[in-house]
Amino acid sequence: MNQIRKYMGLVWIALALVAGYYLIVSQAIPKFESPKPEDRIPAIIYAFILTPIIVGGLLVFGYYALTGEYDIYEDPDHHLHIKED
Amino acid sequence: MSFQTEKKGLAGIIAASSVGTLIEWYDFYIFGSLATIISTKFFPAGNQTLALLSTLATFAAGFVVRPFGALFFGRLGDLIGRKYTFLLTLVLMGLSTFLIGCIPSYESIGIFAPILVLVLRLLQGLALGGEYGGAATYVAEHSPAERRGFWTSWIQTTATIGLFVSLLVIITVKGSMSESTFGDWGWRVPFWISIIMVGISIVIRMRMSESPLFAKAKAEGKTSVNPLKESFGHKLNFKFVLLALFGATMGQGVVWYTGQFYALSFIQNTLSVDVSQASRLIMWSLLFGTPFFVFFGWLSDRIGRKWIMMLGMLVAILLYRPIYTAMYNAGSVKLKTEITAKTTVEVNTAADPKIAGDSIRTTTTHKFYEDGTTYREINKLHLHADASKADAAKDVNVTRTVNLDSQSFWQLVLWVFVQVIFVTMVYGPIAAFLVEMFPTRIRYTSMSLPYHIGNGIFGGLLPAIALFLTTKASQANEIAAKAGEALPYDKPYLEGLWYPIILGAVSLIIGVLYINGEDNRTED
Repeated sequence: MNQIRKYMGLVWIALALVAGYYLIVSQAIPKFESPKPEDRIPAIIYAFILTPIIVGGLLVFGYYALTGEYDIYEDPDHHLHIKED
Repeated sequence: MSFQTEKKGLAGIIAASSVGTLIEWYDFYIFGSLATIISTKFFPAGNQTLALLSTLATFAAGFVVRPFGALFFGRLGDLIGRKYTFLLTLVLMGLSTFLIGCIPSYESIGIFAPILVLVLRLLQGLALGGEYGGAATYVAEHSPAERRGFWTSWIQTTATIGLFVSLLVIITVKGSMSESTFGDWGWRVPFWISIIMVGISIVIRMRMSESPLFAKAKAEGKTSVNPLKESFGHKLNFKFVLLALFGATMGQGVVWYTGQFYALSFIQNTLSVDVSQASRLIMWSLLFGTPFFVFFGWLSDRIGRKWIMMLGMLVAILLYRPIYTAMYNAGSVKLKTEITAKTTVEVNTAADPKIAGDSIRTTTTHKFYEDGTTYREINKLHLHADASKADAAKDVNVTRTVNLDSQSFWQLVLWVFVQVIFVTMVYGPIAAFLVEMFPTRIRYTSMSLPYHIGNGIFGGLLPAIALFLTTKASQANEIAAKAGEALPYDKPYLEGLWYPIILGAVSLIIGVLYINGEDNRTED
């Protein structure tokens, strides 16, 4: 299972890039180009708040998964733990 | 201390904490529930600056400010303690809400009115960001580890009960006065009521003692000196923050918003159900569903938190489309048999009070259906004295109101209730789950941020993105229909559901793969 956890890290990194493309190209840019001034607020939120959280968060999460940070180990008492060192 | 005494003491703590949190949710929701009337009082149409402020009040306070509140108050809670921090959030929320009800309208003080509303709404968002983490942490730190799911689940009921109470108060106040009185000043009453509830809650909370785990950590000098750095600056903890966000609160947030707010929006906008009837419908579903928060919290103490939450996400993403199809079938007048002989059409033309010479032609159509459902359509057409000013897009205003028959009403109650059950599965155990993921010294900060990003941002985005997807599908159908081509979407009203389905599925996979469901990281 730990191998799957690691390889799925690549999926999360790819997903971060897809989400970034969607948020910027499909959501933020059309709203920046909108003639309505009130559309600028969601555009700013999409571009400068949501994109960093979603893209940045998923990229780091994917990287951690890929490098085995979320691997789960069994201790001598047969309890499962995520690596904590 | 005997088990019964301990239980009694804990019940008092839960009640005191929950009442405050419930009031905060109530305060937060009445603004949303009264959004239409608030916009006419403070953000009248036709002014671009006001439209901008209105959007800012909705978006910024709805989801952007909440995570900042989580950071600010979370840090404070880990530094000075849970009790005083969530007392502060309560005062801030109560005062902001009360003051919103006191602001003179735009007509009286001009631009200051919407600016004040915006500032107070931002303060509400900040306070809410700080409250939940504090209450959940406080209750969890009083609870024995093996009953943590049960005791914290009471806090989990507060968001839903807060929504319920807000709808109830608005319906009661509306019912006790004429429509014009409510529109004039009656809408302020739900805001004023808040100050009484907050006052009582403050007195109760002042009498409460500090969380025993935090007090112990403080006495031993084990509290954090920099909770923000320790929570998000160290990989060891930050990876758990990310896991909590993507593997739990993101999915929980979209399931929560779909089951309660999207359902209400679908009933009001897609099915055009009368606002009061839609509110009553949601209230029944919430009333039947709320005990399940406690049930799933209790169950999570026995079989673990992870799989209850994951199962909730799984059934939600699998069943959303069938459920919304069933809701459409139950409530849409397009699928009902009309009694055409009973249809009435009235046409009235009156002078436009705003523009001399212009007039408004109002066409009111009443339709009746075999099952007892009624439909009213009011079509207002602006007739210009100067024909060159005519604008087909702006001159027509159509409002549709459906009053459902009893059977359709209860069918919709059932489908919303099923969605509330999904909400209780993902939300009931999550406070205990988050609390157990982080150690006492940085718990308030670490759990508040993923919670408010998951709910405030991923959940808060749901109405905007779902509307975008639905509108896009409807427009594509209209273009295809005009071109005489086959319609690309057979059910455009379901397209908005892809947002919670996709995010829920991602969260489910991450949760199943990476969350260790066997034990927790806490040392207490």
